[in-house]
Amino acid sequence: MKACGRVNQLIYEFESRNGNKTLGSLKIENIRKSFGQVDVLKGIDLEVKDGEFVIFVGPSGCGKSTLLRVIAGLEDATSGDILIDGKKVNSTPPAKRGIAMVFQTYALYPHLSVRDNMGLGLKQAGKPADEIKERIGIASNMLSLGDYLERRPAELSGGQRQRVAIGRAIVREPQLFLFDEPLSNLDAALRVNTRIEIARLHRQLKATMIYVTHDQVEAMTLADKIVVLNQGRIEQVGSPMELYNSPQTVFVAGFIGSPQMNLIDATKLGQSGAKTIGIRPEHIQVSKTSGEWKGSVIHVEHLGADTIIYLQTDFGPLTVRLFGEHNYDVDGVLYATPDAGRTYRFDDQGQVIKG
Amino acid sequence: MAKPTASPVRTGLVHLALIIYTLIALFPVFLTVINSFKDRSSIFRDPLGLPTPSTFSLIGYQTVLGQGDFVLYFQNSFIVTGVSIFFVLLFGAMAAFALSEYRFRGNTLMGLYLALGIMIPIRLGTVAILQGMVAAGLVNTLTALILVYTAQGLPLAVFILTEFMQTVSDDLKNAGRIDGLSEYSIFFRLVLPLVRPAMATVAVFTMIPIWNDLWFPLILAPSDATKTVTLGSQVFIGQFVTNWNAVLAALTLAIVPVLVLYLIFSRQLIRGITSGAVK
Repeated sequence: MKACGRVNQLIYEFESRNGNKTLGSLKIENIRKSFGQVDVLKGIDLEVKDGEFVIFVGPSGCGKSTLLRVIAGLEDATSGDILIDGKKVNSTPPAKRGIAMVFQTYALYPHLSVRDNMGLGLKQAGKPADEIKERIGIASNMLSLGDYLERRPAELSGGQRQRVAIGRAIVREPQLFLFDEPLSNLDAALRVNTRIEIARLHRQLKATMIYVTHDQVEAMTLADKIVVLNQGRIEQVGSPMELYNSPQTVFVAGFIGSPQMNLIDATKLGQSGAKTIGIRPEHIQVSKTSGEWKGSVIHVEHLGADTIIYLQTDFGPLTVRLFGEHNYDVDGVLYATPDAGRTYRFDDQGQVIKG
Repeated sequence: MAKPTASPVRTGLVHLALIIYTLIALFPVFLTVINSFKDRSSIFRDPLGLPTPSTFSLIGYQTVLGQGDFVLYFQNSFIVTGVSIFFVLLFGAMAAFALSEYRFRGNTLMGLYLALGIMIPIRLGTVAILQGMVAAGLVNTLTALILVYTAQGLPLAVFILTEFMQTVSDDLKNAGRIDGLSEYSIFFRLVLPLVRPAMATVAVFTMIPIWNDLWFPLILAPSDATKTVTLGSQVFIGQFVTNWNAVLAALTLAIVPVLVLYLIFSRQLIRGITSGAVK
């Protein structure tokens, strides 16, 4: 409880110094970006409210990192406007945009101590030494980096380095935090811990955060709002559960959720009025005796909490996710039945058919 | 590091080849050094023999150091080499940074153009350079030599450093930009410290030909006040009589600074040469 009190005190200090200053809202208007002949971003419109945690997610090459770099000012957009807090920042240099960025490779200055890494931005902005020291103190306490302040990055573990990188962002007290796949270089256990830490920071700082990842689990667990990008366009924007429960396109349906949604050619199922039928693996029941579709078991994965069954049916492969432990023989026959009302229908353009 | 598959015979042969090469490369140096410590008659009588108490003599060194000009010649060599290296590294690194960091039209073409000098020896342009220096009134100044050597060293420097600059993480430079560092600060404070091994490599490769050069000092700055060590030691080589003691002593002395600098840079140098290969 004592530690908790101290953290609260720190947050109080952080907030009181921030005053009632509005944290950053962000507006993106028709951003396009081309590298030579290649159009990477093909007209992006997006609005992010104060204090929101927004995650850009999509397969590699979808333009999510480019979009983040355009917001940061590290790349110039070919056309379109970026507004931070209502102010157009198209030609403002990165340091003056009120942003801080955390990079995938940490990007710590190798020849500077942790303290100097965190303080460089403030020193460069001409802040007094007392204030720099105070801010570093608060940030390092938040991230429990107090014991490492005099070390060089090379003397830290991967998780510690990423915490320093986050600390460097915090001391800038930015209006907008930008994260570029910050967890990709960490091992699985550390990734979960750091994810929780980032979620906690967001609650504490109440800051606007934009986060890029290709990992849909990170997106689902952290985001207030997920932006799914595909080939330089926004496919859908929504809360994690909106995306899970009502995907607007085949792409979103296939991208969100693990294992992937089963996407079946409608004609093979004998259904008309749709091109593709989608059913999530967890919305299918199986039985050894009777059911809607007959299939043979190709492979069974036992995950303890879940059992994943891969079936070969008349219309192609089908993945089924059952909760708990189940034993089925490979090559055995199983009947699968989709849950009523939990199938999705998509038209020729990949758009969902309502109703 | 020993690979279990390498047979001892194979490794032995590799070592033998390297040892033979080392001996061949070091033999002239060795010969110069031992003979510089012998008196004149024994240099001719027994050029391959080591100095013995009866043949040992410092007459060569006495002659060289007794001629007061030699300190000046050394000083000239130091100034010319040092300043040239400084400019080669500074301009080379800056050009390399621009080529590797910024996308602009004609980037590749510019890179090739700057690297062209590696293939075309600067001595082909001697006549034009001399005419230029005469017109600019720079003949018999150290500035003339510094200008020529800077031009001579730049192509290789740009070429090597561009490769190395590309290995510096983009994220790091972007982090600097977000922290408000100017492009110059990013270059001097983030990138340069990271390419230090490459800088040392370039420094050594640039230094040796400059220090040893006879051609340009002879043509551009042969006056007594601007002679370099290599040119200075030629005063002992006459048309009819050559003072071999003095020549060899001068050359031995001239080896020392190169050796010292090499020892200072060698750790960085080896890292620079291998870091590209074993990544």
